[in-house]
Amino acid sequence: MADLNMSVTELKRCVLVKLSGRIDSSKAGEVERVFQDLESQGRFRIVLDMSEVEYISSAFLRVLITHMKKAKRFNRGNIYLAAMPPRIRDVFELSGLLPVFKVYDTVVEAVGDW
Amino acid sequence: MNTAEIVFASDLANLSAALDFVRAQCRFAGASDDETFACELATDEACTNIIEHAYQGRKDGEIRLTCLWADEVFIIRLHDRGQPFDPTAVAVPPRAARLEDVEIGGLGLHFMRSLMDEIRFEFDPAGGNTLTMVKRLSHGAAAPREPR
Repeated sequence: MADLNMSVTELKRCVLVKLSGRIDSSKAGEVERVFQDLESQGRFRIVLDMSEVEYISSAFLRVLITHMKKAKRFNRGNIYLAAMPPRIRDVFELSGLLPVFKVYDTVVEAVGDW
Repeated sequence: MNTAEIVFASDLANLSAALDFVRAQCRFAGASDDETFACELATDEACTNIIEHAYQGRKDGEIRLTCLWADEVFIIRLHDRGQPFDPTAVAVPPRAARLEDVEIGGLGLHFMRSLMDEIRFEFDPAGGNTLTMVKRLSHGAAAPREPR
């Protein structure tokens, strides 16, 4: 079981944030700090590569919703979710929030949509 | 019934270790990956509620986490001495189809109720709060092993 790792890659039309490992409720704040940093740089077009995420809780969903609302303000961006493992997708489905997210099977598709 | 227990302070920094403990006990009990994930997530949400609501952010409260299991059942019991906070009495917000309408609160409770087969809250003015969450194991456990 891996600890949380994050990497940020600046692409031409968006920022790719790769999350790996476990995002339990004590780690959601670390993800939030990445979003806050990007917002302070005026970067609101974000793709989240979730292919290596092993675990999430409602705290992560709260962070995601909060910053997705900020990103979408003034039509300046959004947070696209890419390559969700089945178990992580199950948590989104259980939350009932899946319809509010733009979800892509692959990172390439999500990045290409910007 | 097999039993294993840890006691930790109400600091979010202790949460990952507590979840490691639950995951290990689920393995001893022979729970499937899905059942283990459900037990972990329910424990995560319950501990976060205790830290944020029962102890209101105090980091020095005591949380006692007990796992009990037999062949076909896995029980998680959480005990604290904070303010009474009954997760079973809190309404879950309706599901929203639009981002603007999404309410942030209540999701953790929704997870606990959905993932576990039974959750029960008891408040004792002298003894504190006890939350009991029960997960039925679909296939029955392997022969019980000693907890670590």
